[in-house]
Amino acid sequence: MKYGFNLADGVFWFLAAAAAGGGLGAALSRNIVRAVFFLLLTFAAMAGLYGLLSADFLAAVQLLVYVGGVLVLMLFAVMLTSQIDTAHKSNPAGSRWLGIASGAAMLVVLWTVLARAPLLDAGAPGYAPTTAELGHALVEIGFLPLLATGFLLCAVVVGSVVIARRARDAE
Amino acid sequence: MSGIGLHHFVLLSAVLFSLGMACAIARRNAVAILIGIELMLNAAALNLAAFSRYGALRAEGQLFVLFVIVLAAAEAVVGLALILAIHRRLRSVDVNRADSLKG
Repeated sequence: MKYGFNLADGVFWFLAAAAAGGGLGAALSRNIVRAVFFLLLTFAAMAGLYGLLSADFLAAVQLLVYVGGVLVLMLFAVMLTSQIDTAHKSNPAGSRWLGIASGAAMLVVLWTVLARAPLLDAGAPGYAPTTAELGHALVEIGFLPLLATGFLLCAVVVGSVVIARRARDAE
Repeated sequence: MSGIGLHHFVLLSAVLFSLGMACAIARRNAVAILIGIELMLNAAALNLAAFSRYGALRAEGQLFVLFVIVLAAAEAVVGLALILAIHRRLRSVDVNRADSLKG
């Protein structure tokens, strides 16, 4: 039993390092294609962290939607908009020091507040699948938001096609 | 008792949020700004999932994460469509050059 807990701790530190390292690479990389692939690392690590939080359905959704959908879309956008042969200067830093300074200030504030915050840690239950519970909550609490999300997705599909189509087709 | 608790997840989420904010502020490429926003949304979602496991929220936390993921995907789709339209008009995705509405 002790060994199992240590294993979970090791997995957490590994995934946390992967997520933070990927985030660091995505934030600081000069090459936009490389930044997108660093983001892939972060998203994959986040899926693992969801699994560690025994949110198995969220882990699957994270992989399907982010890694399978959003990242591929971002890669398409990068390929369509940036001059890839000049990729090393395709991601110019506008106000690099302002960004780093504000990010560091945010981190200091959040860390000092959260590290001493008396979080209500009710203790973790054992690892068990939670998909059925989530499904019940989705129908019992979140039914109206679910419908609204469906309408939103429909509007997003139509709207993004209208926005992204060629201008001469609109005339 | 395991050494990993709610604090660890919350602090990791704080780190990811700060990195996303730094990325969103420091970059001029619109796609990179979207990357920063996605990082921040993921950090917030990790918080909700962690509170769902350790805190008083049970399935509601995961429900919020589900909606956050869906809305983030919708936001990314619309944002990237806007970036494509801006690129078609300006031949650039530098957000400093998209200033036609500036007085």
